[in-house]
Amino acid sequence: MSDTSPNLEYIQEKLSHKVLATEVSHGDEVVTLARDGLRESFGFLKEDSKLDFNFLSDITAVDYWKKKDPRFEIVYHVFSLQGQRRLCVKVPVPENDPVVESLTPIWAGANWLEREVWDLFGIKFSGHPNLKRILLYEEFQGHPLRKDYPVNLCQPRVPEREVAGTFVDERSHNKLLRLKSTLGKKN
Amino acid sequence: MKAESKELPQEIMELQMGPSHPATHGTIKFNLKLEGEKILDCETEVGFLHRGFDKSCEQATWTQVIPYTDRLNYASSLINNVGYALAVEKLIGVETPPRCQYIRVIISELARIYDHLTCCGMAASELGAITAAFYMIEGRELITRLVEGLTGARLTVTYVRIGGVKHDLPPDFRERVTGMFKIIRKLLDDCDRLLSRNRIFIDRISNIGKISPETAIAYSLTGPILRASGVNYDVRKAYPYLAYDQFDFQIPLGTKGDNYDRFVCRIQEIEQSMRIVEQALERLPIGPVWIDDPHFVLPEKEKVYNSIEGLMHHFKIIMEGILVPPGDVYAAVEGANGELGFYIVSDGGGRPYRVRVRPPCFIAMGAFHEMIKGHMVADVIPTFGMVNMIGGECDR
Repeated sequence: MSDTSPNLEYIQEKLSHKVLATEVSHGDEVVTLARDGLRESFGFLKEDSKLDFNFLSDITAVDYWKKKDPRFEIVYHVFSLQGQRRLCVKVPVPENDPVVESLTPIWAGANWLEREVWDLFGIKFSGHPNLKRILLYEEFQGHPLRKDYPVNLCQPRVPEREVAGTFVDERSHNKLLRLKSTLGKKN
Repeated sequence: MKAESKELPQEIMELQMGPSHPATHGTIKFNLKLEGEKILDCETEVGFLHRGFDKSCEQATWTQVIPYTDRLNYASSLINNVGYALAVEKLIGVETPPRCQYIRVIISELARIYDHLTCCGMAASELGAITAAFYMIEGRELITRLVEGLTGARLTVTYVRIGGVKHDLPPDFRERVTGMFKIIRKLLDDCDRLLSRNRIFIDRISNIGKISPETAIAYSLTGPILRASGVNYDVRKAYPYLAYDQFDFQIPLGTKGDNYDRFVCRIQEIEQSMRIVEQALERLPIGPVWIDDPHFVLPEKEKVYNSIEGLMHHFKIIMEGILVPPGDVYAAVEGANGELGFYIVSDGGGRPYRVRVRPPCFIAMGAFHEMIKGHMVADVIPTFGMVNMIGGECDR
């Protein structure tokens, strides 16, 4: 495994104060960036004519609980449609302050992907227009893809939603009462 | 009666469509904001079929994940199998023998045909073209029977293994495929006559759900939806995996990015997929379908039952799982709906540390409001049909 390539050297040179590490692993270029000014860094990766990473493939996270020191790592995969190159960007995020800048202003598609990471890992994205749970329900407690979330944990029961008394509700309510009264008579 | 009471109400109406709507084949909810029948905004809610795919994978051995991948996009489970196996093999650093690669290409393309037939057939049936839907389902049934003969299952196939495929192709496979393609081509011709220039069908799907190439790229769309907008991106060409660089096939591109272009793109991709399968069957190399490495391959049953070494070997692989070296890797294949990527992390043990799927239709649903804004309520159905959301993959 070598740890550099022309593209990585170029990124290192241009974003020197933000690049934490670079490597080439299994034939893919990987760069680790600091989370300060992340949106700017991605703006550079997207706009720079030499790199031209204009397509965001994926955003996900990995929880290295008790394995690495910044506990979380957010993993971005960007792609250059013209150059047909892929780049993996990793951003370490500490446990006590799990916030990174949202990329939704740069790529609209980041919206749902970031919501999913928030939902399953509990990592917040500052500047996100609508950061709420996407796969799970609002009342869900905890973030299930964290390694300290037990796989067989039961969730508390969600209380039924109160509905305003519309016509349909009143009718069904009355029907229920009628039913109860007829049942009472039989017994 | 007063004059003003005749006026229609002007306020914006909120309509909740779903989660279990008879015309949307998938559990999904649209919160529509309507002005009359015009959609001003649409908020999509997903997650009704969430069953914790990622978390389940972390509990299973590397091989036990393969049945879980069947349940992602159940219309093209063979492609999911291939994608996952390729990701793990990339992390291990092995390459399968040529015959195995060709078989994987063949089954991927068969699954793609299956998926496109399902998508186009269902979309047509939701618009009332039930005859075309039956024709396409007939073609789909032929593939299902072929897959059943190959893998033993109709839908949840679990055919691909890490380092190979379960077993070789049956002896009469080529003849059966040739016969099947003859029928599918005829069925597609019939569907073409029924649909492609059908006034009602075109009125319902043409110029609906348009998305520009810039918006499609900004929303990370892939697959037929991106290509219908005219962006030439197909993982098979951009990042050739398996033996795809040895075949002659084209990538159909649309111009307008509307539902009609998506429909035509899918129909034309079926023809291209059939061409790939024919070429692959013609040039199918002779040789093993497994890698030659006892660390990843189960011993033959004869050895397991008749020798202690074989039994121990079998036991170790089944109980501990195969050992994948530590590291992380992203590998993508062209699924039927777009780029199907697997990002896997290993800590060196017999179980995955993390398995992440890049679900193409989840990302496509994220751009649904862009497609439907400004159209009518009835246009939700064909647009949703052409996105081809599969709940198993979208919600995982």
